[in-house]
Amino acid sequence: MSDFLMPSLGADMEEGTIIKWLVKPGDIVHRGDIVLEVETEKADMEVEIFEDGVVGELVASEGEVIPVGGVLARIQAVESVLSPSALPSDDAGRREEEAPSEAAPGEIQVQALEQLAVEREARLAAGERPRITPTARNLAKQASVDLASVEGTGLDGAITRADVERASKYETSAPHAARTPVTPLARRLAVELGVDLGDVDGSGPNGEVTADDVCRTSRSHEATVPSRAADAARPLPAAPQADESTTKDRSAARQRVIAALMERSKREVPHYYLSTTIDLTRTLAWLQERNARRPVAQRLLPSVIMLRAVVKALDAVPEMNGTYEGGVFKQSEMVNLGVAISLREGGLAAPAIQDAANKSINDLMGDLRELVQRSRAGKLRAAEMSNATITVTNLGDQGVESVFGVIYVPQVAIVGLGKVVERPWAERGMVGTRQIVTATLAADHRVSNGHRGALYLAAIDRLLQEPEQL
Amino acid sequence: MTPDEARSMILRILGEIAPEADLTDLDPATELRDQLDIDSMDFLNAMVAVDEQSGIDVPEEDYPKLETLQGAVDYLVARSA
Repeated sequence: MSDFLMPSLGADMEEGTIIKWLVKPGDIVHRGDIVLEVETEKADMEVEIFEDGVVGELVASEGEVIPVGGVLARIQAVESVLSPSALPSDDAGRREEEAPSEAAPGEIQVQALEQLAVEREARLAAGERPRITPTARNLAKQASVDLASVEGTGLDGAITRADVERASKYETSAPHAARTPVTPLARRLAVELGVDLGDVDGSGPNGEVTADDVCRTSRSHEATVPSRAADAARPLPAAPQADESTTKDRSAARQRVIAALMERSKREVPHYYLSTTIDLTRTLAWLQERNARRPVAQRLLPSVIMLRAVVKALDAVPEMNGTYEGGVFKQSEMVNLGVAISLREGGLAAPAIQDAANKSINDLMGDLRELVQRSRAGKLRAAEMSNATITVTNLGDQGVESVFGVIYVPQVAIVGLGKVVERPWAERGMVGTRQIVTATLAADHRVSNGHRGALYLAAIDRLLQEPEQL
Repeated sequence: MTPDEARSMILRILGEIAPEADLTDLDPATELRDQLDIDSMDFLNAMVAVDEQSGIDVPEEDYPKLETLQGAVDYLVARSA
């Protein structure tokens, strides 16, 4: 039996509150399965388990606050589930959990993993319902969606929130209204405002749809509201009040966490700063030509091309990629590219695109888009919130020419990208104009020095002069 | 597509991108990026949504025409004709 401990889901996390367990004792789990939802000051996170095995005792209960490193549950890792003696070759049917024994050697482990996989497939084929995340389950209840009819697209066929949302779109408003309680005023308003009740999230008890819910939905759909409906509706500013105070609290809490992180970074990390201007004309021309040949859903943003260069340049200067903790620098083999994402109405998240070095530009674009979406929805995963090995902050859209970032401890570097501007440019005695971007590097002087930092920026520059090779 | 339909669709899409914004008093002639906190990713997502909901694929070179609400409405009406 090994202990499943509360992971650190962010540099300054001290503790988390258990929201809901997604597994129970006796469940078989696989590496990467989401087993738990935890609330921290920063966000609600889904926590994965990092080994295959069988769930033993759930030590921490829902609602309990557990410190980082505290015991959440006991897991019987797969190596100890099956030992040589528990695998009689003639006992084909029963390969279930046996009494704990010491770890079995390599070949047995592989067999055990395969057996777990076979069992799982069989159970799914036998009609056992796939896993569903708590948020998806709640949404299904609210939207009166029959889970048995929902196709899961998550890990191992798990049903995600997006799956439920998609399924609920296919319901017409009439059956929906019949199933979900709607106040008479809300129903009348919906007709007057032309709001489909299926689009409205009920905020009353049992998900009841109220007049305020209809008004709020209508406001976000239409600019013009018929005046007689405006008279009938309760004063709009009052409507979001209940949501606002909790949102403000969460926002304030998140800001405190960011403040602590920034303070620590500036206190502990000796930053040095470098800046360079990069001629992006060639890249932008290549991108324009490429995007012209693609439907809108497959186009790339200039920032993604630059992200690719930031990642590839690490081949030349790998010591920009890693962590510095306890006086020791650990260069990372994988590149988990942190992207600073500003959240609507303030707040900042810097989750990581996993294994960015092995992803194509198209993959990076898709990942970035998805990360932005999940960041804003507060649905980030434990791993991506805490395992970035280098970060990029891009403030080009905000209109500043350069940004010098603050290193996200325990990383050792942060690249800053500014706005692309057209500027006069002299090259080989000739003057013209070019599209240029200012790229900066803030790096930890305990790990690298200016010379290496300069080589890194130069590598990014070189890569962006040959976009077809990226 | 009528101007009203185009306007409705655009506002609905903007409502999803900027849910906290008050879309009722948008100045149709001022750039949307100045009135709402929208970045290039948001804009691209909006173009994808336009494509999904109306079948109109806006080429990159036409993006500047959709920078204001009125510009976007006019463009979509013209394209759908």
